[in-house]
Amino acid sequence: MITATFEYLRAGSVDEALDMLRRHGDDAKLLAGGHSLLPMMKLRLARPEFLIDLGGLEELRYIRRDGDMLAIGALTTHDMVSTADLSRSDAPLLAHSASQVGDPQVRHLGTLGGSLVHADPAADLPMAVVACSAVMVAQGEQGRREIAADDFFSSPFETALREDEILVEIRIPRRAGIGWGYEKFTRRANDWAIVAAATLGGRIVLANMGGRPLRALAAETALAAGASAREAAALAPEGMEPADDMHADAEYRRHLARILVGRALEQARG
Amino acid sequence: MKVTINVNGEERTDEVESRLLLIHYLREVCELRAANIGCDSSSCGACTVLLDGRSVKSCTVLAAQADGHEVTTVESLATAGELHPMQAAFRAEHGLQCGFCTPGMVMASIGLLKDNPSPTEAEVRSALEGNYCRCTGYHNIVRAVLSVAQQS
Repeated sequence: MITATFEYLRAGSVDEALDMLRRHGDDAKLLAGGHSLLPMMKLRLARPEFLIDLGGLEELRYIRRDGDMLAIGALTTHDMVSTADLSRSDAPLLAHSASQVGDPQVRHLGTLGGSLVHADPAADLPMAVVACSAVMVAQGEQGRREIAADDFFSSPFETALREDEILVEIRIPRRAGIGWGYEKFTRRANDWAIVAAATLGGRIVLANMGGRPLRALAAETALAAGASAREAAALAPEGMEPADDMHADAEYRRHLARILVGRALEQARG
Repeated sequence: MKVTINVNGEERTDEVESRLLLIHYLREVCELRAANIGCDSSSCGACTVLLDGRSVKSCTVLAAQADGHEVTTVESLATAGELHPMQAAFRAEHGLQCGFCTPGMVMASIGLLKDNPSPTEAEVRSALEGNYCRCTGYHNIVRAVLSVAQQS
């Protein structure tokens, strides 16, 4: 399959990309690694008239410490996030989650920022950044603003980014040595999660239990009040309305949520 | 649009449509037809080539994204009639039957050994998770990759 026709524009800087976005607005899409967008364009689920390629913006590929935070450029690949010493030491849950995306070829091109703005409710990284209490840095013509990961994902494939903004950085509170857990249930290798769970520092987050990553608040509250991992896990799907689809019905997803949260909490206790 | 891509060590400039995929560029413009189109949805790995030395699935890359970069395909491996050690190992260990997955499998394996020159068997299996083979059951492919790792 090939995509519909489009005009290819290469951005030489973030400012130039913002300018292109402003000029072409609704008719433009930003291209990072292309591993979510190009498949959608092949299927005509996305049909931009203008494709703004950010791939050359090396200034957005970095992982560095910034005080209490680990700052990761939006174009940093899954491969870099999963293998770099800094992310493995300071943000081990995020590094592990990035290692679970696709396969090596996909991780060589797919980017952290690209996956987050794509906002697939079954994806690993949106769940991971919510569990990490990350902060998204968006750049627009008016400058930069920060958006908490909790507020970033609004509904399937929708985020709080405005049309004239670009996600430029992801900031993760540094948590070396704090226990974390990650569990994903799939039917086939490399598949999207039917349900996945991540936990870090008292937060419990589920993927594919709704249209965006959801915190298991009842389970978090119970855990904070001294409940055991098993007791807290039993509350994991409370208040969630997961989908019934060809992969699993809602009741099975609730069952998975309880099991996976239990295992993730056990892992975090180490 | 014009793209200038170093393909197997030779820089070439071509006029291409912006929507041209790298796999179609390689097969139709460069007439390098080893890399195959299998699933066409970045799952099967038959189209795997190296982009700046890292394995990628060329069905999910635009030729435009490779502009100014280096692409390496399986055609570049054998020199003066001598198979590349990875190709020789696939032959010696019977790592192929129909051969459809082989160009991608060989390039993914070469990419793996660049990152991790002495992988364990489990690491080889995990590194090739994005390459499907429907004939061999993978055992001989894994043996081939391990035999190259042990040679070097």
